[in-house]
Amino acid sequence: MAYEVILLTTMAITVLFALSLNVITGFCGQVSLGHAAFYGIGAYVGAMLTKGGWPLLMALLPAAGVAGLIGFFVGLMSLRVRHDFLAITTMGIAFLFVGFVRKQEWLGGEIGISGIPAFGFGRIGLLVVALACAGLFAAVTIYLKRSWMGFGFDSIADDEDTARILGIDVPRFKLWAFVIGTAGAGVAGALYAHHVRYIGPDSFGFVESVTVLAMVIIGGIGSVWAVALAAAVLSVLPLWFQFIDDYKLLIYGLLVFAVMRFSPNGIAGALQSFRRRLR
Amino acid sequence: MLLSVSNVTVQFGGVTAVADLSLQVDRGELIGIIGPNGAGKTTLMRVISGLVRPTSGSILLNGQDVTGWTIDRRVRSGLALAQQIVKPLATFTLAENVALACGSRRMGSPWQAMTTVNRNAELQRGRELLELVGIAAAADDYPSAVPLGHLKCLELARALALEPELILLDEPLAGLNQAEAAQMADRIASLVTESRSIILIEHNLREVIRICPKLFVQDQGRYLDFGVTEKVMANPKVRTAYLGEGAI
Repeated sequence: MAYEVILLTTMAITVLFALSLNVITGFCGQVSLGHAAFYGIGAYVGAMLTKGGWPLLMALLPAAGVAGLIGFFVGLMSLRVRHDFLAITTMGIAFLFVGFVRKQEWLGGEIGISGIPAFGFGRIGLLVVALACAGLFAAVTIYLKRSWMGFGFDSIADDEDTARILGIDVPRFKLWAFVIGTAGAGVAGALYAHHVRYIGPDSFGFVESVTVLAMVIIGGIGSVWAVALAAAVLSVLPLWFQFIDDYKLLIYGLLVFAVMRFSPNGIAGALQSFRRRLR
Repeated sequence: MLLSVSNVTVQFGGVTAVADLSLQVDRGELIGIIGPNGAGKTTLMRVISGLVRPTSGSILLNGQDVTGWTIDRRVRSGLALAQQIVKPLATFTLAENVALACGSRRMGSPWQAMTTVNRNAELQRGRELLELVGIAAAADDYPSAVPLGHLKCLELARALALEPELILLDEPLAGLNQAEAAQMADRIASLVTESRSIILIEHNLREVIRICPKLFVQDQGRYLDFGVTEKVMANPKVRTAYLGEGAI
C-alpha cells in the first residue's frame, strides 16, 4: 500500500509540474528549457519554511509566490527573445539556479537540505494534497484554455506578430503565462520536497527541465488531459522498470524523436487524427 | 483631424526610407498612397501602424500623440492594419480569426480576458463580417484550405472587426485578377463611412484612381504631391516618377 501511495504521489506532483510548463509552452508557445529552476525554487522555499516551523499547506502559497515572482522577472527579461533564443535564455536560468544554490551555504550548498519534515497527515495526507493541487491546477488550465485568455494565448502561439495586429497586448499575456506556469511549478516543487524529504541542487538541473518538456511534447503541446496522461505514465515508468530508470534519457529522447517524426502534436494529435479517420 | 503625420523620417542604417513626410487624414476620407517601387509607401504605413518607429517626426491619432505606442495599443485606440502579405492565424478557422479581432478590446487586459469565457457573440459577428466581405461559405475552413482572394477578404474582415476609425490597407489588390481586384476595390470604397477613413496603398493605379477621391504621392521616400486625384494625376512630376524622364 505504501508503495502505491508513493507512486501516486510522484505521479500527481509530476502531472502538476508538467501542466505548469504546458501553460507556458503549450498554451502560449514559449519554449522553456529551464522550468526545473522554478520547481527547485518552490522546493527550497517550501523546505526552508517547513523546517522553520510552517505547516506545509501554508508554505505552498509562498512557494508559488516566490516562484511566480521570479518567473515574472524571467518572463520580463525574455520578452525580447523568441524561439531558439528564448530556449537558450531559459536554459541559462536552469544553469543559473543550480550554480547559485550550490554556492549558498544557507541553502545547504552542494549537499542540499535534508531532514525536511514529513507532512503532518502522513503519506496518504500528502497524496491527497498532491492530487488536490494537480486537480485544481488542471481545472484552472482547462478554464484558461476556454477563456479569452486562452484564445489570446493560442493566437500568440500561432503568430505573435499577427496577434499584435489584432490588438493583443502580447508582452502582458506572455508574462501572465510565465507567472501562472512558474507559480504552478513552485507548488509542485514544494510538494516534491516533502515527498522525498531531501533536496539538492542537482534535483532541479537541466535534465529535469528537458524531462518535463519531453512529457509536454509527448502528451501533445497544449492539451491538458494528454499532457497529464503522459506525465503520469512517464513519471512512474522508471519506478516500475529498472531498465527505464537506467536508460531514462535515452528512452525519453527516442520517444520525443518518434513523436516529432510521426505525430508532432503528440498523443493528443494522434488520437485526434485516429478519430477523424474513424468518421 | 483623425490622423496627423508630421515630418516623419525613417532611416535604416544609412538608407533613408521615408524623408520628412507629413500627411493629414480627416474622418470619412479614402486616401490612396501611390508611388513607384521603393517609394517608401509600406514604410510609411508601418510607421503609422507602429510596426516601425520613426527616426524623427510624430504621429497623432485623434489628437493623441501615439508615436511611441506599440501597434496593439494603437489598434485598441481605433486603428486597423491589413498587410500586403496576408498573415492569417493558421490554427484558427476564418470565423475564429475574425472573432478574435472582434474581442480585441477585451484583450488589452489579461485579467479581463481571463474572466471572460463566452465567444458566441464574437463568433456570430465574425460570421456576419465574413458575409459582408463575401466569404461566409468558408467561415469554418482553415486558412490553408482557401485561395488567396479569400485570405485578402479575411484581412479586410479582421480589420473591420476591430471597429476602427482608420483602416490601413497595404496592397489589398495584389495577386488578384482584374475582376477580383475591381470587386475588392468596390468593397473597400463601400467601407468608408462618416466616422471611418481608409488609407490605401496600392500598385493597381487603375483601381486606386477609380475609387480614391484623394491621392498622396511619394517617390524615393520623399513627398511628391497630395490632393484631388485628377489634379495629382495631371502633375507632370507624378507622371515622370511613374513613367520616367521624357515620357511626357
